[in-house]
Amino acid sequence: MNWMSTDVLLAIVAGVLKAIVILLAAVLSGAFLTVIERRLLGLWQDRYGPNRVGIFGSAQLIADMIKIFFKEDWIPPFADRKLFVLAPAIAFASLLLSFLIIPITPTWGVADLNIGILFFFAMAGINVYAVLFGGYASANKYALIGAMRASAQTLSYEVFMGLSLMGIVVMTGSFNMRDIVNGQEGLWYIVPQFFGFLTFLIAGVAVTHRAPFDQPEAEQEIADGYHVEYSSMKFGMFFIGEYVGIVLVSALLTTLFLGGWHGPLLPPIVWFLLKTSFFVMLFILTRAALPRPRYDRVMQFGWKFCLPLTLINLLVTGVVVLLTA
Amino acid sequence: MEIAFYLAALVAIVATFRVITHTNAVHALLYLIISLMAVAVVFYSLGAPFAAALEVIVYAGAIMVLFVFVVMMLNLGSQTAHQERSWLVPRIWIGPSIMAAILLAVLVFSFWHGGGLGTISGEELSAKEVGTQMFGPYLLAVELAAMLLLAALIAASHIGRNDEPQLERDMNEAVQRAPAGNDEGGQA
Repeated sequence: MNWMSTDVLLAIVAGVLKAIVILLAAVLSGAFLTVIERRLLGLWQDRYGPNRVGIFGSAQLIADMIKIFFKEDWIPPFADRKLFVLAPAIAFASLLLSFLIIPITPTWGVADLNIGILFFFAMAGINVYAVLFGGYASANKYALIGAMRASAQTLSYEVFMGLSLMGIVVMTGSFNMRDIVNGQEGLWYIVPQFFGFLTFLIAGVAVTHRAPFDQPEAEQEIADGYHVEYSSMKFGMFFIGEYVGIVLVSALLTTLFLGGWHGPLLPPIVWFLLKTSFFVMLFILTRAALPRPRYDRVMQFGWKFCLPLTLINLLVTGVVVLLTA
Repeated sequence: MEIAFYLAALVAIVATFRVITHTNAVHALLYLIISLMAVAVVFYSLGAPFAAALEVIVYAGAIMVLFVFVVMMLNLGSQTAHQERSWLVPRIWIGPSIMAAILLAVLVFSFWHGGGLGTISGEELSAKEVGTQMFGPYLLAVELAAMLLLAALIAASHIGRNDEPQLERDMNEAVQRAPAGNDEGGQA
């Protein structure tokens, strides 16, 4: 292969540009969600929400950004400095890196990895350390309790998150995301893998620490959980990281269960964005509608209900695939 | 691929060295996580992306979390760092190090002359091929490992068994401790 030929160089430049566009789109949609969520919550709960800055509150994000950048970036003197700084970076980067595997349209996507979904599981596994180190490095009892809860919850839900997707892998015969999307041309996997969809949705909410699985940051009981000592942009990274996580899980649900870019009439990118925003809305609506369950019940629900359900789902899928093959 | 292999291997060795020499337990664990991720890159460069992904998911993402969890709970302060420093004196580590260095020299020498070096091609082995090997020729090992893990799971759940859930027990104790006349007093 000739490395310096113009075709190869052009392909490299195009690939890098696509990757940068996807990265910026992911970060910006995460940032805008902070405002969109508050507006939507206001709408659903019959109140206004932030509507003062700009037209219908559209410039609220800029105001928030100015505020968060100019806050004092305070590191507590008793904190473990290195880990304290490292934790928000892990929180932000690990979820952002997972966008690597998502095929957006037939031609757009960063990497076409053979191990596909496994890469997302690896990044979700690394993401636990953000919470764990953040809570430990703060040297604060509320932060530590929050970190404990978060890591226990995430570990429990990651177990069956992996299993919930194995049904799809069995049906497609591949971990590759593009193969999975192409396998859904006739029928979206949400129909044959309905229980897989439900359990992955629950696990996705739990892994991003969103309500009703926001035990780690329950304001009423443990102040703000693992990021109680964080301020300024370090808190901002935890905060935006959470929304990037929502976008990521929504995009994954779209590609894995709703057929990705497939759909009639409209171009692929529109279908992808529509389906992804549908799941983002679902995330926000869940937060508006559901109260927070007790911590031990969350754990019991994960281990005693969801885990057996995913195992049975995988078993039945295996039998059906074996019989129809 | 060869450059990736040697770089990742170097990172793995340096990080593992820091695991041993670091005095702060949590920081040492952080280096261990980095070392495991470097090993994952080594696997990847050798053409085993499936093993690389599992290395990160299982070791870095699950087992090490439990390690960090436990060390976090122990609340080791600066006292333990001092203790670690006093244990890691040259008098203790120099003897084993020399002997290990001799072994390493022999190993390097034999590789150099024996020609045991293969080339790193980065040929990819897919997850499916790994699966067919696991459930083909190595089925017995997989089944034995599964049984061992099941036994460990049952033992762990037996040791951690609670006849009465912790929270309810705490609540019952709190109710028993509270003075009996309190409720009527409040209503009156």
